[in-house]
Amino acid sequence: MEETRLEAPREGTALGEIERDATSRKRFLKLVGGTGAASALAILVAACGDDEETSGTTGGTETTQEPSTGESTQADNGDVEIVNYALTLEYLEADFYQQVLDSGEITDKAIAEAAKKIGMNEQEHVDALKATVEQLGGTPATAPETKFEDVIAGGPKMILATAAQVENIGAAAYLGQAGNIKSPEILAAALSIHTVEARHAAALNQLAGNKFQGNDPVVGSIPDGAFAKPMTMEQVLKKVQPFIAA
Amino acid sequence: MPNQNLAVPELAAIQIDGMTRSSFLMKSALAAGAVYGTATVGPFVKQAFAQEGGGGDVDILNFALTLEYLEAAYYDMGLKEVKGLKGDAKAVAEQLAKDENEHVEFLMSAISDAGGEPVKAPGVQFMDAFASQDSFLKLAQTFEDTGVSAYNGAAPQIQSKDILAAAGSIVQIEGRHAALIRFLNGVDITEGAFDKTLEMEEVLQAVQPFITS
Repeated sequence: MEETRLEAPREGTALGEIERDATSRKRFLKLVGGTGAASALAILVAACGDDEETSGTTGGTETTQEPSTGESTQADNGDVEIVNYALTLEYLEADFYQQVLDSGEITDKAIAEAAKKIGMNEQEHVDALKATVEQLGGTPATAPETKFEDVIAGGPKMILATAAQVENIGAAAYLGQAGNIKSPEILAAALSIHTVEARHAAALNQLAGNKFQGNDPVVGSIPDGAFAKPMTMEQVLKKVQPFIAA
Repeated sequence: MPNQNLAVPELAAIQIDGMTRSSFLMKSALAAGAVYGTATVGPFVKQAFAQEGGGGDVDILNFALTLEYLEAAYYDMGLKEVKGLKGDAKAVAEQLAKDENEHVEFLMSAISDAGGEPVKAPGVQFMDAFASQDSFLKLAQTFEDTGVSAYNGAAPQIQSKDILAAAGSIVQIEGRHAALIRFLNGVDITEGAFDKTLEMEEVLQAVQPFITS
């Protein structure tokens, strides 16, 4: 399974390159997590959804949903709002894992390691979404002041149960916005985060000892069965309200 | 090392660059034909891309249906054939079999509703994946990860809002499946903070070894 690089770069190939080449993938992830976030996201956004030009063979009869402006990153105000909404949820998640780890409440090594890795993913989502808002010409939402003291004081069991629920809410939140996103590039980026949230949710519910389905709609590793249910902004905000101080 | 010689297509090794769909299909059909016989590959390729480039959402749904057939068959067969499958692994396999079969049912009716013709289930072969629980779960991981990347890659091209919503609802489940399987396999539940996307051609190449007709 050697990884050869083809000489001729095709259009919009940046993301394809990242997918295929482990080295550039690592570089990308490093970029997204660091000070180069804006430029890395620019690559992601510019590359996603640009495949039609190279894979279509019908001689230009294919059309995209967006009017062609030559600007692949144009999005309307709605997209900025959605990305800021996602950013707010990611801030909340990232902060939660950070506080949990700082508290030293989690003594089980495997669970602490999982929390650390998931927390790092959330921080990367924060950085990527912030950069996306800026790239769209918007102002990134500021991090909310959080209120996880009670959960953390409740010990490992309560921490895990809360994490499992918060991730289920996060996945449902992304799903709830997929149809509202105008830009195919932003949609592609949101989807690639959405399934990572789904992975977190399933694993944390498993770690929390939850079954596939629970009594509560946000409890369980596959809480809705074969078809995941979306949540509206209102539903999500109501669910996370207890964790937001201001 | 129960499945050293199992042909698991690693996503990272997939290389298709600068190729049109037609030329890719020709090349992959030729490559696969060299292994399995051209006659057995042709019908599937034709079936999966029956309306090349012109069918829009129906094409994408049929592409998804093909993957779901493959996954459903994998778990259905695995539950019968994997010796010593037990505990969490068995429970997960049963749940996943149920979910994938529901995806198949749903996609078939969605295609009909959209005025299309659902593709037929392909013939499948999974080599020695059912030799042990370990090899079974290992290939399951590849299928679920491929499913996630396939849906994520195709979704932005979907025109209908309803179909996009359905695809989103299904891909979240594929992501959850992938994590449950990875959890059982004792490996990281994600590869980084962003799931990779794959183009249809790349997915087709990844699953080609398991399709016999």
